Amino acid sequence: MTVAVGILIQNLSVLVLAAFAGYLVISKVPNTLHTPLMSGTNAVHGIVVLGGIIVLGLGVESFFTKILLVIAIAFGTINVVGGFLVTDRMLEMFKSKPKEAVETSEDLK
Amino acid sequence: MTPLAESFLQDDDFIAVLYIIAFGLFIYGLMGLTGPKTAVRGNRIAAVGMAVAVIATFLIPGIGNWGLIIVGIVIGTIVGIPAARQVRMTAMPQMVALFNGVGGGAIALIAWSEFRNTGGYEDEATYIAIFSLFSAIIGSVSFWGSNIAFGKLQEVIPGKPITIGRAQQFVNLALLAIAVACAVAIVSGSDSELLMIVLLLASAALGNLIVLPIGGADMPVVISLLNAFTGLSAAAAGIALNNTALIVAGMIVGASGSILTNLMAQAMNRSIPSIVAGGFGGVVTTGGGGDEGDKTVRSTSASDAAVQMAYASQVVIVPGYGMAVAQAQHAVREMTKLLEDKGVEVKFAIHPVAGRMPGHMNVLLAEADVPYDQLKEMDDINGEFNRTDVSLVIGANDVTNPDARNKSDSPIYGMPILNVDESRSVIVLKRSMSSGFAGIDNPLFYADNTAMLFGDAKSSVSEITEELKAL
Repeated sequence: MTVAVGILIQNLSVLVLAAFAGYLVISKVPNTLHTPLMSGTNAVHGIVVLGGIIVLGLGVESFFTKILLVIAIAFGTINVVGGFLVTDRMLEMFKSKPKEAVETSEDLK
Repeated sequence: MTPLAESFLQDDDFIAVLYIIAFGLFIYGLMGLTGPKTAVRGNRIAAVGMAVAVIATFLIPGIGNWGLIIVGIVIGTIVGIPAARQVRMTAMPQMVALFNGVGGGAIALIAWSEFRNTGGYEDEATYIAIFSLFSAIIGSVSFWGSNIAFGKLQEVIPGKPITIGRAQQFVNLALLAIAVACAVAIVSGSDSELLMIVLLLASAALGNLIVLPIGGADMPVVISLLNAFTGLSAAAAGIALNNTALIVAGMIVGASGSILTNLMAQAMNRSIPSIVAGGFGGVVTTGGGGDEGDKTVRSTSASDAAVQMAYASQVVIVPGYGMAVAQAQHAVREMTKLLEDKGVEVKFAIHPVAGRMPGHMNVLLAEADVPYDQLKEMDDINGEFNRTDVSLVIGANDVTNPDARNKSDSPIYGMPILNVDESRSVIVLKRSMSSGFAGIDNPLFYADNTAMLFGDAKSSVSEITEELKAL
């Protein structure tokens, strides 16, 4: 039990420090960038995909659990890949660029 | 690979170092996201951090089931890439809601799998069960809440608040109590999977019921809150799995998401508890009805609007969601250029919560190449309206509603607004007289110095542009 408690304490200290890091990093963001920021942090929590990989990778017997975990990994991957790509697309627009022809993605359905 | 290299790569300490590099990159990358010049790089740095974290995880000794892991990753990639590439900028808020939701869903599923895998946390330390179950509850709330938010923003579900009446608070509390009770029973030794399923279902119902009553205007705040929730549950899952990368990344998102939520709530002069308690618009006299018979609206034509603006010395454009829906940002840019050629000073007034997400307008106008320094934040531009000849309101409504200043019984009373009504004249581009997303009538439209130009924002702006060319 003491070993487990030691690990817990260590993890909790990491947790608290990370909370302050998050607080400090974000507290001075201009309104302009709120949408990309939200979408960027959103991508970062896609890190849960690691959880899925670890639990599935370290051995699961039940078939049903395997399916749950494959879905979890797929979900996490969507979160990561989609999140970073979408943020990148948004941010690219903030760069000043030479005037291009109006994009073809304008067709409203 | 030589056995030596293999043992080195799979060394626990080496993996721990990779995780440290990964979350160092996350923090550094997010720091970059705080400025427009460094943002693109910041986001990519964070993405590299993610790649390092994934690779480090692959190196953990004993990882198997490669086939299934790859299947999951491939499915996720196949779904995620096209979704992210094809989504229109106007639909960004719901896309973020959706990505957030799947993250929360993944956490809930992982917790459920852990429960099944360990026979109800049988040989695990108590704290592991507690953190895992916490992540299951919050993850499930976040998944379902985000899906409802997506539905509302995509207008699959009506944007107006949907409540079950007075019982709402009670039912929410009861659902939370059920979920917590199941968690307590599991922690204290029960290994019945039924408890876990009830826990997930109760949290799912709670997620639905929390977001359904929230009106569309509050939706950005809710998405940000759910984002913070998913982050927190990821951090909890990290503690349960003893994984530093998860703890740090999750907690950073949890903390930053909380701040962001708070900033947004402040911009709307609303407290987070009152938003979550729901009912924005629940007390509102139904907007959009035909009960304004005694008020007159003056409508104008594109050519009049063009003349008015061409001879102005300063024009302030106030964009809102209507501009986004009509995809009018490029047309607006073209009109702006013509006005500038005629010597008119053109500025954009951006309300912090204009559109469906804070900063939404900035993204769209940046897409149309409007220079960054032409976009003014609310506090900077509000003092200028009394020196402005024409304010052109393009599909914005609630953020210009003078009731927020003057009428203490208005549901948006106290929300900081753009003081458009102070300018010499106001031209409002609007599809019809229907009320805004918050469902509140806007007296600006009946003011003496206001003229309405009805129609789709994009075609109205294009017509004005044509008239300007002819002048």
